[in-house]
Amino acid sequence: MKQSLFEIAENIKLTDSIMKMRLVGDTSAITAPGTFVNIKLDGLFLRRPISVNDYDDNSLTIIYKIVGKGTEQLSKMQSGTLDILTGLGNGYDTSLSGNKPLLIGGGVGVPPLYNLAKKLIAEGKDVSVILGFNTKSEVFYEEEFRALGCTVGVTTVDGSYGVKGFVTALMDREYTYTYSCGPEPMLKAIYNASKTSGQYSFEERMGCGFGACMGCSCKTITGYKRICKEGPVLVKEEILWEK
Amino acid sequence: MGKMNVDLCGITLDNPVIPASGTFGYGYEFAELYDINVLGTFSFKGTTKDPRFGNPTPRIAECSSGMINAVGLQNPGVEKVISEELPKLKKCFNKKVMANVSGFSVEDYAYTCEKLDACEQVGWLEVNVSCPNVHGGGMSFGTDPSAAAEVTRAVKKVTTKPVIVKLSPNVTDIVSIAKACEDAGADGISLINTMLGMRIDLRTRKPVIANKMGGFSGKAIFPVAVRMVYQVANAVSVPVIGMGGVSCAEDVVEMMLAGATAVEVGAANLVDPFVCKNIVEELPKVMEKYKIENLKDIIGGVN
Repeated sequence: MKQSLFEIAENIKLTDSIMKMRLVGDTSAITAPGTFVNIKLDGLFLRRPISVNDYDDNSLTIIYKIVGKGTEQLSKMQSGTLDILTGLGNGYDTSLSGNKPLLIGGGVGVPPLYNLAKKLIAEGKDVSVILGFNTKSEVFYEEEFRALGCTVGVTTVDGSYGVKGFVTALMDREYTYTYSCGPEPMLKAIYNASKTSGQYSFEERMGCGFGACMGCSCKTITGYKRICKEGPVLVKEEILWEK
Repeated sequence: MGKMNVDLCGITLDNPVIPASGTFGYGYEFAELYDINVLGTFSFKGTTKDPRFGNPTPRIAECSSGMINAVGLQNPGVEKVISEELPKLKKCFNKKVMANVSGFSVEDYAYTCEKLDACEQVGWLEVNVSCPNVHGGGMSFGTDPSAAAEVTRAVKKVTTKPVIVKLSPNVTDIVSIAKACEDAGADGISLINTMLGMRIDLRTRKPVIANKMGGFSGKAIFPVAVRMVYQVANAVSVPVIGMGGVSCAEDVVEMMLAGATAVEVGAANLVDPFVCKNIVEELPKVMEKYKIENLKDIIGGVN
């Protein structure tokens, strides 16, 4: 983990409620796809944890949904600096993917899969992606995944774009492993529908984001885990569905 | 460093800065960020007789200049703290640590404190009396002078280490509870624990945290903490540790002027993991600005 200042380079709208921000700064603490950053905002006490969409040696991008005060404030910032903790969480492990990994993202769970797809493609894997949204106006990043060389399928709940239904509607195919991120009911549906092992990225309200407060603990088959520290990515075999 | 040292119940601290229990784990995670030996000491995660998962999530809520938590004393239990956490801490911390203890009966407190008394790394026992007493209708030990005194007496019987009783602010008369603990043998008093608070989500109309209510901490409670530290320090003769919303070196000085011998820093650690290190580094500059020669000289120095 590192605490440092990042310069806002870009902050653009992808859909009505989804924003993409590019930040320039020290990304050396980010070591895996699927990790997150924790952002300090003026006037708010707790930092706001947001997953990393993509990163290189001196910049990172986050894609976030405007849901509350913090993300609303963030959405209005076009320039300036932000105090950010980077390199938080365990992230996805690409070594377990096999040759044909299937990546499944729902809504604002789609972003962290992008850097993961990039890494898997670079490792020579045959990557398929399923992106699930509620409706056509909420769809984003389909082309970006395609440009990486992934096979991309899109589902919408109302059928206004792609295949009608949930992400599981497109899971009847060949794959060696799954990587997913999205709302918990979606993760559970993937868990039940998938024929292979996989890694699932969870969300929880956090205090610190770096393992100190125990605010985001969950029970797993292998004991208590902190979503911010031993997570947010859990492997299928350790998940306990409680809620 | 000599100008910042204070005596806390017979043990000299290099400086009065102490990360508060529940915001610093068992220390070794922060040791990855900086050398935690720069601290006076720290108070480790509230430890109970048995392992606890704590409350359901969400456990955290944002507030103006603060936060509410209802973690519910998640900890691995005293046996594992001694067999696993303390050995890990030993590798990165060469000072005495403050052991924070919670319990749900007088026997619980005594059991856990007796185990920790045997640990050479432990310098002080900080006894959190804000927990509900399961044999007393669930009312917090810390809201009743006689229950707080009973816990203090039971703990004093099983340890030779200094016993610091950590008080809840959610009471009508904190002075009477502090005095009852002192009379029962407490070697020090620390205050304040979090203030009971609650937030409601306007969209769902449900409490933000699963436990409905939780402990409010952070900058917002600082004035309340200063007031209570002042009241207690004027009423007892044992050392007082001040805490509640402390987030900078100036706050440390203010707490000491109110009567604190040492100062704990809580919620601020969760927002800025380097805050305690920064406070230790800032203190000499603040002392110079306010013409403070030795920090211990200003304890209770409010005019």
